[in-house]
Formats: sequence, structure tokens, C-alpha cells
Amino acid sequence: MSESESNAGAAAEAAARRSYGKLVALLAARTRDVAAAEDALSEAFAAALADWPAHGIPQRPEAWLVTVARRKAIDAARRQRQGDSAGDHLRLLAEEMEQAGAEAGDIPDHRLALMFACAHPAIDPGIRAPLILQTILGFDAAAIASAFLVAPAAMGQRLVRAKHKIRRAGIPLRVPGRGELAERLGAVLDAVYAAFAEGWSDPAGTDARRRNLAEEGIWLGRLLVSLLPEEPEALGLLALMLHAEARRNARRDAAGGYVPLDRQDPAAWDAALIDEAESLLHRAGAQGAIGRYQLEAAVQSAHAIRRRAGRADWTAIERLYDALFALTASPVVAINRAIARAETDDAEAGLAALDEVAAEPRIAEYQPYWAARAALLARAERIEAADEAYQRAIGLESDPALRRFLQERRAELGGARQAPV
Amino acid sequence: MKYMLLIYGNEAAMQAARQAERPNTNQMMAAYGAYTEALKKAGILLGGDALDNSANATTVRVANGKSQVLNGPYAETKEQLAGYYIIDVPDLDAALGWAARCPGASQGVMEVRPLRVLRM
Repeated sequence: MSESESNAGAAAEAAARRSYGKLVALLAARTRDVAAAEDALSEAFAAALADWPAHGIPQRPEAWLVTVARRKAIDAARRQRQGDSAGDHLRLLAEEMEQAGAEAGDIPDHRLALMFACAHPAIDPGIRAPLILQTILGFDAAAIASAFLVAPAAMGQRLVRAKHKIRRAGIPLRVPGRGELAERLGAVLDAVYAAFAEGWSDPAGTDARRRNLAEEGIWLGRLLVSLLPEEPEALGLLALMLHAEARRNARRDAAGGYVPLDRQDPAAWDAALIDEAESLLHRAGAQGAIGRYQLEAAVQSAHAIRRRAGRADWTAIERLYDALFALTASPVVAINRAIARAETDDAEAGLAALDEVAAEPRIAEYQPYWAARAALLARAERIEAADEAYQRAIGLESDPALRRFLQERRAELGGARQAPV
Repeated sequence: MKYMLLIYGNEAAMQAARQAERPNTNQMMAAYGAYTEALKKAGILLGGDALDNSANATTVRVANGKSQVLNGPYAETKEQLAGYYIIDVPDLDAALGWAARCPGASQGVMEVRPLRVLRM
């Protein structure tokens, strides 16, 4: 490969990475045909790889790509749609081109509008995060499928169906107005957090695709904050993700063993990320509208206090989980609140709080419930019950490091109840 | 884009309400009248009708060259199609906004379906 070829390739790749979502959003803004926009854009990238090495990298690579992609989109519309129905589509594309011609300078940024379309209430909640990853970041179906533990063909089909729905049902690429924004923003934030959480759930960081996903989640969070700098929940979500990210490396010891939050060395946390999270949370708080992500970020902040105070602020954590429970009625929140209560009161009080969620359906298959229960029973010196709870937790865990950790805790219960593993 | 707003409601409940209190029914009729008027004023109404009770429906199908006629609606469900509007609005959000204003949305459920553009 010649130098100009590799330079052009690198420029095309950089443009793809930086502006993929911006270009898709722009190309689909009027037609709502996200799939056609993606196809046209990938043709434009291919054209760039052929053209740029010969003619040099254009001054404004994004504008070059948009112009070529629009031409490709018009060609495709002519090929595929015969007769009158092609007329409407071509008219929209032509209007778009005219409008773009009038906008000298920067490419307008419709990514937020595209995210709102992807997380529209008419789109199945389970496909919203994958759809955002694909349209904003350009992830292919196989990469998304592997991160979400779904068969690639099934994921590909669901993505196609969702894009089809955006076009056929007429879901607009538009940022909702003030009145609706708060309600609709929640779905966008949830989708971004779902992407982050998929990446975060691979603590060993061995799967590059998944680790990537946590980073992309933060990237999307930063994008949301830059586009909606006054939205407290967008700030809260980014603060939450940064707090979690700050502890990524502390979750494993040198031997690859699992280290729970309360045994992590605060010195191993990323101080810069925590500081950034704290200042975001501060900014969010100044807006005076509390929400789920701010509360969850505040919980992380109360843990991070251990950096200076030596101990997490468990009283604050319990209160924050109270507020979260009032908001979400989530059994997962109730479990975390029970753990906090064990710290502010004692293990028996924590166990009593756990009993309140025991009747929830699906709790019997939820590993963190059994792990929390086992730890509290052990602390209350109810060895036999603790042993049983550890066994349940171990049987439900899929992460080998965490499983090993639970097995070690179970073994520590004492020789009297040592059961074969 | 053209959308059909399908009004689904619980017929038994609607009938009971009709029999129990005439004024309420009139109120409902008036609400539909006002809604239809609003659609007209907005310049988006293409058509619409109320349907008679599903007990008065008859289904027909032709199998092996023989037509089969059955008494009753296609699906015997508690919620039945009670009427529809066809509107022309820019996008789904606009259609959903209008569907939510329909009195049928607070009585039963509204289904919003884009019309398919067929060229014949």
C-alpha cells in the first residue's frame, strides 16, 4: 500500500469514526429511511477509498461524503422505486440537497433527533440500544449481537425490522418539544445505559467488543451532555457511568480474582474520572429536578467518599435507595437498600429488609439476592442458612471470577458446615 | 402520511353505560362530535365512521370454491373495533397526538396504523 493510499484510508476511517452517526442522521432526516442512508453512506466510504488516494483528501471530508452519499441515495431510489412513489422520495432527497447547499460550513448535527427516533415509544424497548449503537456508531449486527448475547442473524433481523418501522410508521427524526422532552429522554438515556451496562458486565475486560461497548456508552453519554447541557438526568447518567468506569481496574486483583466494592483499594480508582463525575453531578443538582440517574450517581458518589473519609456514607446510601425505590419500585433497588440497612443498623435488620423482596417473582433466580443474603447470614452467624444461600448464589453465577469469590466465602464459613463443592 | 385511527372498545361496557344513563351517552356523542370537528378544522380528516355492534357483523370466507358465512365478528374478543378515522398528518407523533385526543382513547384503546400506499 502506498503512503497516499494509507493516508486516504486513515482519513476515511477517521471520518467514519467521528461522523458516522452525524452523516446517517443527516441523510435520513427527511426520508426517515435509515437503512437506505446507511447503504448510501457505506457506498460513499467505498468511493472515498477509491478516490482519495488518487485525488487527495478533500478539504472537507464530511461534506464530500455527504454529497456522494446523496447521489448514491438518489440512484438507489430511482432503481428501487418506479413510478409515482419514487417521485415523493426523490423530491425529499432533492429538497435535502438544496437545503444542504444553502448551509455552507458545518454539517448540521441531527444525531439527537436520530436517537429519539431509535428510542421512540413505538420501537420495542429491547432493540433501542442496539439500534442506537448501529445508527449512531456504525456497529455491525454481528458485533452488537455478540455484546448482547444474541444470535447475529436474529439481531440483524430485529434491527432491519426496527428501521423498517421508523420509515413505514412515519416515526419522525425530531427532538421532542419541552413538554414531552423529559418523558421521552428517559428512553434515550435507558438505551445508552443499556449499551454501557452490557460492556460493564464483562469485568475482566477480556472481550474487546464488550469493553468497547462501555467506552461507547460513555461516548454517547458525553454526546448527550454536549447536546443537552441543561438536562440534569443526562448529566446524572454520564456521572453514573464515569463513577463505574473509574472502578473498572479495581474490580480484579493481580491474580484476576474478583474484588467486591467494599474490599477495593480506593487508591486503585481513577481519581480524574471520579472528579469529573462529581462535578457533573453537582451541575445536575443545580437544575433542581431529581431523577433515577442522578440518584444512582449519588449512590456511587457516597461510595467514592471512601477515598477521603475511609468509609462509605451508608446513611446517605440508604436514603438514596429509599428515594430510588419510591421512583422505580424495583426489587433490585430493594436488595441494595437492604445491604445499606445492614450497614446503618445490623445484619438482622438487613435480612428483614431482604425478606420483603423474597416473594418477588424471579428473585429466586437472581444471583445478587442470594449473594447479599448469604453475606448477611454469615455476618449474623447463621452458618447453615448462609451456606445454603451461598450455594444458590454460586449456582446462578456465570462469571468464573465471581463464582470463585463466592466459593471462597462459602468455604470461610467454617469447618463445621464445610460442604463438598 | 395517511393513518387510520382504529377505535377499540369494550362493547358490553359501552352498552351497559348506554342503558344506565342516557345523558352520559349524549355526552360521549357530543365529545365525538367535537373531536371530528377539530379534525376537520385542522384540515387533516380524510374520512371516518362509527361501526354498529359486532353482534350485527357477519363473516364470509370462500374455501374450496364454497362460501362459508358465519354469524358474528372475525374475532370474538371483549374489545371490538367500534369505529375509525383516516387522517393525513406529517408523522407518527402527530398521529399519536390526535389518537390520544379521541374520546375512544380514554374509553378503550386506539390503534394507529399507517395506510399502505398501493399503486394500481
